[in-house]
Amino acid sequence: MNIVACVKQVPDTEAQIRVKPDGSGIEEGGIKWVMNPYDEFGVEEALRLKEKTGGELTVVSVGPARAMETIRTALAMGADKGIHVSDPGLDKADAFTTATALAAAIKETPYDIIFCGQRAIDDDSAQVGAILAELLGIPQVTVVTKFELTDGKIKAVRPIEGAQLLIECPLPALVTAQKGLNEPRYASLPGIMKAKKKPVDVKDAAALGISAESKARVAKCIPPPARSAGRIIGGDDPAAKAAELAKALREEAKVI
Amino acid sequence: MAKGVWIVAEQRDGALRKISFELAATARKLADQLGEEVGAVLCGSGIEGLAGELGKYGVDKVFVADSPLLEPYTTDAHAAAVAKVVKENDPAILLLGASTQGKDLSARLAGKLATGLATDCTDVKIADGKLLAIRPMYAGKCFGEVVISSFPQMASLRPNVFPATEGAKAGEVVKFDPALDEAQLKTKVLEVQKDTSGKVDLTEADIIVSGGRGMKGAEGYAILEELAGVLGATVGASRASVDAGWRPQSDQVGQTGKVVSPNLYIACGISGSIQHLAGMSSSKYIVAINKDAEAPIFTKADYGVVDDLFKVVPELTKECKKLLA
Ligand SMILES: Cc1cc2nc3c(=O)[nH]c(=O)nc-3n(C[C@H](O)[C@H](O)[C@H](O)COP(=O)(O)OP(=O)(O)OC[C@H]3O[C@@H](n4cnc5c(N)ncnc54)[C@H](O)[C@@H]3O)c2cc1C
Ligand SMILES: Nc1ncnc2c1ncn2[C@@H]1O[C@H](COP(=O)(O)O)[C@@H](O)[C@H]1O
Repeated sequence: MNIVACVKQVPDTEAQIRVKPDGSGIEEGGIKWVMNPYDEFGVEEALRLKEKTGGELTVVSVGPARAMETIRTALAMGADKGIHVSDPGLDKADAFTTATALAAAIKETPYDIIFCGQRAIDDDSAQVGAILAELLGIPQVTVVTKFELTDGKIKAVRPIEGAQLLIECPLPALVTAQKGLNEPRYASLPGIMKAKKKPVDVKDAAALGISAESKARVAKCIPPPARSAGRIIGGDDPAAKAAELAKALREEAKVI
Repeated sequence: MAKGVWIVAEQRDGALRKISFELAATARKLADQLGEEVGAVLCGSGIEGLAGELGKYGVDKVFVADSPLLEPYTTDAHAAAVAKVVKENDPAILLLGASTQGKDLSARLAGKLATGLATDCTDVKIADGKLLAIRPMYAGKCFGEVVISSFPQMASLRPNVFPATEGAKAGEVVKFDPALDEAQLKTKVLEVQKDTSGKVDLTEADIIVSGGRGMKGAEGYAILEELAGVLGATVGASRASVDAGWRPQSDQVGQTGKVVSPNLYIACGISGSIQHLAGMSSSKYIVAINKDAEAPIFTKADYGVVDDLFKVVPELTKECKKLLA
């Protein structure tokens, strides 16, 4: 089985995000970079599948030089090889362009199944998996919390508003991972040592024959509307405070 | 030239979902600024009767594809059908809901139509004749203004954010043939397991009563369920409570859970970690009930009560019951 997992390097969830004064992006100084949490679920599921069926797991990442750390993390978890698409022209790539780069890189290797995260927690776009599947002409099952492969067919659970769907589709296919799918493993020390020797192919846009032009552009970043502390309802008696709160919600805020 | 503001309406089990009206009313507003028409695509089986309802929210023309292959929703069938009618009619703007279905469909469509898509937008405008889509990034730690250079300019709208104002018009219904080839449809829905609790999903709830580690255990949530029952609210949770196994994964609010925008968010026994705040800061009103006056949640709360939640919440339930009686 040839398995692919797409991994993106993103700011740690603890990161305070500061917008540059000119709105051209965010300040990257001081940010700790990590593997997108949803991609950890994807890599973990890919590893479990590999352990069951045998085969090879390739991780692919589009990103600047630092993204190599995230590829190495996946290799340390147990992936076999990496592809790093690194090109300054792709630093501000939108979902379509990123998916185009991933498709071009993945097309060069055989694949039966591709795992992505359901969304990257930096741009929060939740698009790349589906666009990639479309560009490769394969079916997708997105936001998956349970995954099974039997007789060459995927069975996956996908929660939607007020229901859970059980979806079946044949391989090759693309699945996007949601929290709940599994508990990702940590890289072991021997794993980290081994990862250093695993092969990573580095490619730029020209080598993949793609154009770096984006269709959707973040013209401006803006800080969120300021939200300041409101009123603390004081007093000693919980019942009196509860009554005052209920009244405020009803009469001032008019939300109940 | 691309013209018109279109939406992809969403229906389930023979009823239009609320997001469809939010989409229609928003499209109407944009179309009026451009002096263009609003089109809607509606796909499903036996759903023609629903088309009229969309007219009331300002849709001029509803393009309906009615086929057993379109029910229940699958990505392949719906993406093929919508792409076909969009390509034939060339709208300038195409809006979908950022619901679970809309997210799945919009991204696949963006791929098929080779166009740009801004997902989960909290505001959309027309600037210089083009769509300007405003969306949270980093789970709301900053916002991006997105401009799209290809057509249709696609955006998905966060549920519960845009008003569904009714107009007074009846839309024209146009049937189209989705030209689906069953052999091309790869994904199948084997089973739909409905949540029978009747609970409104967190992403669509007007009021959320949320509990964290301060609830002390799964049983602690009984008082939140009770308050939620009185308010018609949905119960949510912090990751700490989900990871402790007190609440299901689907209840988690935050950067790695659901991003919610209710009118009222009542946080009980939640400290207000950066990841949790990211998921609920766009709520209209935030209430915090926490015994620690220094808890970061108070910096975002419109109303705060510093006390033991096990004393305050039952009293709050009583008071609300009185007020709402
Ligand atoms: C990668 C990553 C992603 C994450 N994503 C999310 C996410 O999506 N959502 C999320 O919520 N968290 C997320 N977290 C976890 C987050 O960092 C916090 O650990 C978590 O939000 C804490 O939950 P809590 O507020 O319930 O618990 P705590 O921080 O332990 O707070 C409990 C609060 O309850 C109060 N309390 C206790 N007893 C009472 C009482 N009797 N009456 C009143 N108040 C009481 C305490 O004063 C305290 O403030 C993530 C973390 C990581 C590393
Ligand atoms: N630059 C990238 N490199 C590799 N994979 C990516 C990249 N961007 C997005 N992905 C994959 O697509 C998923 C969804 O990302 P997004 O559409 O950006 O929210 C991520 O969880 C990754 O699996």
